[in-house]
Amino acid sequence: MPNLKSIVESLLFVADAPVTFDRLCTLLEEFDRGEVKEALNALQDEYGREGRGVVLAEVATGFQFRTPAENADYLRRLTKTRPVKFSQSALETLAIIAYRQPVTRAEIEYLRGVDSGGVLKTILEKKLIKILGKKDIPGKPLIYGTTREFLELFSLKDLRSLPTLKEIRDLSETAPYEQQEELPLGQSEGEGDQL
Amino acid sequence: MSGDGNLDLYRDEEAASYTVKLEVFEGPLDLLLHLIRKNEVDIYDIPLSIITREYLDYIKMMKELNLEIAGEFLVMASTLIQIKSKTLLPMPADEESTEEEEEDPRAELVRRLLEYQKYKEASISLAERDMLGRETYARTFLSPELAGMQPEEEPVEVELFELIEAFRKVLDRVSEESFHEVGAESITIAERINEILSLLEGKESLLFDELFPENFNRDFLIATFLAVLELCKLKMVKVVQANRYGSIWIQPAVMEGEDAVADAES
Repeated sequence: MPNLKSIVESLLFVADAPVTFDRLCTLLEEFDRGEVKEALNALQDEYGREGRGVVLAEVATGFQFRTPAENADYLRRLTKTRPVKFSQSALETLAIIAYRQPVTRAEIEYLRGVDSGGVLKTILEKKLIKILGKKDIPGKPLIYGTTREFLELFSLKDLRSLPTLKEIRDLSETAPYEQQEELPLGQSEGEGDQL
Repeated sequence: MSGDGNLDLYRDEEAASYTVKLEVFEGPLDLLLHLIRKNEVDIYDIPLSIITREYLDYIKMMKELNLEIAGEFLVMASTLIQIKSKTLLPMPADEESTEEEEEDPRAELVRRLLEYQKYKEASISLAERDMLGRETYARTFLSPELAGMQPEEEPVEVELFELIEAFRKVLDRVSEESFHEVGAESITIAERINEILSLLEGKESLLFDELFPENFNRDFLIATFLAVLELCKLKMVKVVQANRYGSIWIQPAVMEGEDAVADAES
């Protein structure tokens, strides 16, 4: 009788990216999904105990062994890598894309109030965002969304586990937040012309 | 910066038309939020005259430093002035007051500021998460794009606006009439760079204000400030402050080469 929990542990140990539950089930076709789920839960319990140097994290809709934050300094000595760091503009752009995707460059630039072509290119190269397609409006602008790598990098299980945006106090009576979806792009210039 | 290499720097005739381009700006909304915070005013009731004046002061300052001003900053400047002029216009006497109650002309700007602030906060909370390759590690290799990123420094890195603010205080100390120029005794940025480097030699750090002695004219001060920016760009110095809004320090940067050698030896 093969030990399923031990097999799942081995698979997750060797895998070079988070493994989804579905993928595990495909790999372990001779077992039924319920058993695999049980094995995963048992592993999570074991690794979730205090004082372990490895935790079973749920990231990018999959499972992956990762180290706890309190050991980071020591791991840096081992890996000899420099800690990942992002510029404020990259983080802002990533945040806007993460919360508003699918989103166009014009929308990002309206929200940030500044040209974002360069930073978009950078985070695209780092594979943190991807082009989802084209928006069906005049000019057919490209639309962007975040990638699996984005979730992996920021230790997010999925997009729904992003922290909720801070509630914003409404401007009295004007109720501006109803049409969050449509940004008044180009409208403000129009108003200016009338003056 | 216009030059491709450091050589340009040392050609005197180019010093006058020297241009510095900084990419660290987060844009006019960021600047406005900065001014609102700094003045501790209510974002829902922005005192336009104060904020507009300070905003324009910043732009003027950037111009004076020959910094390339992104178009967005100018658009925002005109928007501010437009809003301000709207508030001065008398309300249309009730000839068909169709447009329900007139919206506060500042409303759209406030909405944008709030929206921007929301994403700025979201970006901060993103940065605070356990990041792969920073707080948490996996058995994978970091993608080469992420592995080669800048190290984190202990002291807070100074934002450009703060640096400009500090420089403005220096300029305020020198009132325009307090000196008279004798001839064209100009100083080049290259000269100031060398002077700053020799000041820094053998020291851990130097107070930003120490670079700007009294009794010097604006040209000298501006050349000094540009020299600091250029040294930052060349990664020869670091501009840091121990805490936000603390005093600003210049430190000699540790050369990349030394770092690598130390790593190899260990």
